[in-house]
Amino acid sequence: MKLPVLILVLATLTLGGCQSIGGHGGDSTSPSPALYEQLGKRAGIATIVEDLLYLIVDDTRINEHFAGVDVEQFHTNLTDQLCSVSGGPCTYTGRGMRESHADMNITDTEFNALAENLILAMEANGVPVAAQNRLIERLVPMYPDIRNL
Amino acid sequence: MTYPITFIAMSLALIMATAAQADVGSRLWATGGVTSIEGTAGGGLSPWALLNGYASDEEWSGTVTLSQATTDDYSLNVMGAGVTWQNRVELTFARQTLDLDTLGAALGEDELVQDIWGLKARLFGDVLYNPWGQWSAGLQYKRNRKYTVPEAIGSEDDTGTDVYLGGSKLFFAAIAGRNLLVNGTVRATKANQGGLLGFGGDRNDSYEAMAEASVSLFLDRRWLVGTEYRQKPDNLGFAAEDDWWDLFIAWVPDRRVSVTAAWVNLGDVATLEDQTGAYLSLQASF
Repeated sequence: MKLPVLILVLATLTLGGCQSIGGHGGDSTSPSPALYEQLGKRAGIATIVEDLLYLIVDDTRINEHFAGVDVEQFHTNLTDQLCSVSGGPCTYTGRGMRESHADMNITDTEFNALAENLILAMEANGVPVAAQNRLIERLVPMYPDIRNL
Repeated sequence: MTYPITFIAMSLALIMATAAQADVGSRLWATGGVTSIEGTAGGGLSPWALLNGYASDEEWSGTVTLSQATTDDYSLNVMGAGVTWQNRVELTFARQTLDLDTLGAALGEDELVQDIWGLKARLFGDVLYNPWGQWSAGLQYKRNRKYTVPEAIGSEDDTGTDVYLGGSKLFFAAIAGRNLLVNGTVRATKANQGGLLGFGGDRNDSYEAMAEASVSLFLDRRWLVGTEYRQKPDNLGFAAEDDWWDLFIAWVPDRRVSVTAAWVNLGDVATLEDQTGAYLSLQASF
């Protein structure tokens, strides 16, 4: 008698998940302004990116990759990119992800380190959990380009 | 009766021993799952395709775990340890001790004890970053350290090896913006009650494929709630064996430690009906 109940619970959760996944998949292709606003618009994103850069500098797993980088330009580009990805009115003018990472041999360890620092920077700026997850969801498709896979 | 105190003392020692370790690996929080009762990374009852600890592709990591499940007529204690190399291979050991609280006098045995060596390899993918999720294959070599009771009730062997294939995938922002972790596992096994009652029996002595699944939702990166289901064989004529399931909540304050609490339903176990109860597991990573 208990097994059918559990299957029902599992099915409900799974189907609910699929519907939501489909819903947000739609968001990804036509970015909603809600995420951009939850990140604090361009000014909020600029602060998050600034905090991210401080975390990167202190992170021995990845800071070597940023040696010699024009920090101001990098800050502007990444802010524009996250603004654009989150549905804001910005245009990313930097190089493509595959091109800019082609010679860097980024490892999983380094990719995880950057993801961790981005999440910590968003947390430090009070970005709601759902908005953090939605931004990460939109960045994850860049994984194969950044890892040069 | 002293066990809870021992448990708490050992738990605190584990936390202090590992708190000093700064480098626990780079994978994101909770992507090592927790430690299942068989020692491998998983939920509580079922192995997941995740590897334990937080080693990413250039790192090592390890875990130690203490778990306890107390149902109406039994209590199971598990001590486990494992290492993971470069998020590729996981090697684990677990010792399970099942106290026969109610049956003990009738059987003339206080407890059943089983050792489990586990090996799991990530075959493909990544639970977070690959659209197809992460896939792993594993085996569990199980050996009864006390075989009098399993033999008496019709078990055919005191050792057995489970082989399984599992997939795990995290869907970002799946439900109300929360991340959803889905796991499915198929296990070939002859184990009776996970092996604590031996392997094979009078009703069946062949490998059978069993399905296991779980879904869990990250409320945030520290809190995870979910449910698991584990199908089981029914090899012994003396008593029917039921499938297992649970509802769990896990707290992963950071990579070094996790605490999992669950309500488990083990069904009928060795003639004693409706074994439900509480499960508590503490894991430390280094």
